[in-house]
Amino acid sequence: MMQPSPEVASHDRARSEGDDLAIRISGVSKRFGAKVILDRIDLEIRRGQFVVLLGPSGTGKTTLLRILAGLEEADQGVVLVPRVRTIVYQEPRLVQSMRVAANVAIGQPRTQATRDAALRALSEVGLQDHARAWPATLSGGEAQRVALARALVRSPDLLLLDEPFASLDALTRLQMQDLVVRLVAVHRPAALLVTHDPDEALCLADRILILRSGSFALDLRITASRQHDRNDAEFLRTRRLLLETLGVLPPAVGR
Amino acid sequence: MQQKPASLFRPFSIESIESPSPAALSPTAEFPAPAVGRRPASTAPVTAPAPTPRLERPVFLGTRPRSRALSVSVRASVPSVLLVGWWYGTRSGAIPAAVFASPGDVVRALMEIQDTGQLREFLEASLMRAGLGVALGVSAGLVLGVGAGLSALGEEIVDPTMQMIRAVPFLAMVPLFISWFGIDETFKVALIGVASAFPMYAYSYLGVRNVDRKVVEMARCFGLRGWGLLSRVILPSALPSLLMALRICLAVSVIGLIGAEQVGTTKGIGYLVLLAKQYYRQDYMVLCIVLYAALGLVFDLFIRTVERVTMPWRRHTAAR
Repeated sequence: MMQPSPEVASHDRARSEGDDLAIRISGVSKRFGAKVILDRIDLEIRRGQFVVLLGPSGTGKTTLLRILAGLEEADQGVVLVPRVRTIVYQEPRLVQSMRVAANVAIGQPRTQATRDAALRALSEVGLQDHARAWPATLSGGEAQRVALARALVRSPDLLLLDEPFASLDALTRLQMQDLVVRLVAVHRPAALLVTHDPDEALCLADRILILRSGSFALDLRITASRQHDRNDAEFLRTRRLLLETLGVLPPAVGR
Repeated sequence: MQQKPASLFRPFSIESIESPSPAALSPTAEFPAPAVGRRPASTAPVTAPAPTPRLERPVFLGTRPRSRALSVSVRASVPSVLLVGWWYGTRSGAIPAAVFASPGDVVRALMEIQDTGQLREFLEASLMRAGLGVALGVSAGLVLGVGAGLSALGEEIVDPTMQMIRAVPFLAMVPLFISWFGIDETFKVALIGVASAFPMYAYSYLGVRNVDRKVVEMARCFGLRGWGLLSRVILPSALPSLLMALRICLAVSVIGLIGAEQVGTTKGIGYLVLLAKQYYRQDYMVLCIVLYAALGLVFDLFIRTVERVTMPWRRHTAAR
């Protein structure tokens, strides 16, 4: 499932040295005061891969994401990311004084082509009828879909998702997860999603990383096709592994 | 079954927790079923089915839409009562003419300056001075305030000086301004400009500092910077503060008019105040108050309109 498809190979905007990596970082460290958040991290992520970064609060997941977005600086190490990268935050972060379509097109030249692209992105997230609405009139789920459209309208090579479903209600979250998986499959950016929900990780990821005390405690490829049957034996085994690595479950005795 | 119907329907109260009677301990009483396991076991045999909990209509905690007619008439009622009281008080002699002129006298005074064309001339002169002064002061205050709000360097350069000069009552600067600018229009506009620059500075600084940092960070991530970031994200978000400042600037400009129009002019509302004082004309004194009140009303309507036009995204989110 990790073989690059022809579609991905032809998509070479940010390719470097003939490979198709969307993230390459090596030896990245970050400390806040005396506390080491990231300790010489190495990571490579390919285009088209959906990577979920899992871990308890305060383990540096979001710090790593913000370093990739250019919002924080690493103390040392090399960080390489594609030029076109976008981000979806935990909150929608819409500009209240712009209509929905303008929010989607933010930072792009105000041309007819941009407006058309914004409308297309809005219809991809099912909000084409809200293009002229003010952000304050949207529900939480709608606002977050606008944030997703805003991130996709630039056809990013890297899509960063910082707990994008955390502030949504459970039902909206399920719909949004489906929507993100579908849109990532269509647009094929490298996607890096930060969450603390193991089930969410299992439903979305091609690859799961667990960050603990500054480095990766687990780097797991999900080889089976993405599955939504949460009672499947494989699903439960993987889930247990994740919880153990996170230190939530004690290792099973006599298994 | 030891319960009586009366105790079955006793409302939940502190008493029933502190001194539980057998009835209160029964699992069929006021408590919902899941709480049963946490309470001491009752010895009473449970035979009766659990009574249906009493349901009630929820107390409405929201606000109902108000009829526009009611709202407008309540708004108008207090000024109307004051007006009627004034009219009745002066007519009945409860308010002597030497204390407060009657509405009739004030209307007569108004007709007098209306007939001579002075009313229009005075208002035009005052509004021109106030308008120019406020435009000047608001621009200067806005630039300084936004500069101080956006950059630490700007704040370090601008803020201490602004805070110092702000403490000086601007009317104290009248003699100084006259010696700098003469007694003509320049002095009047400059005085009002300086007076209104400070509220604009303070509120635009505050407004820019209070813009949601997360939204600004997002805008930077999506490529907005410099003028685009300022004009499309920061200033619109700061607009409520800026309009509050404009309200205060307009009020301050009217105060400034009094100071400015005491010298070097024979036109303006401030000059009318001076005349009324010199000739001890009660009717003109009250007329000035009425004119100021009318100006206040006009300014308020003006700002409300500006708010509605410039902040269409807030129409749906009124807090009330």
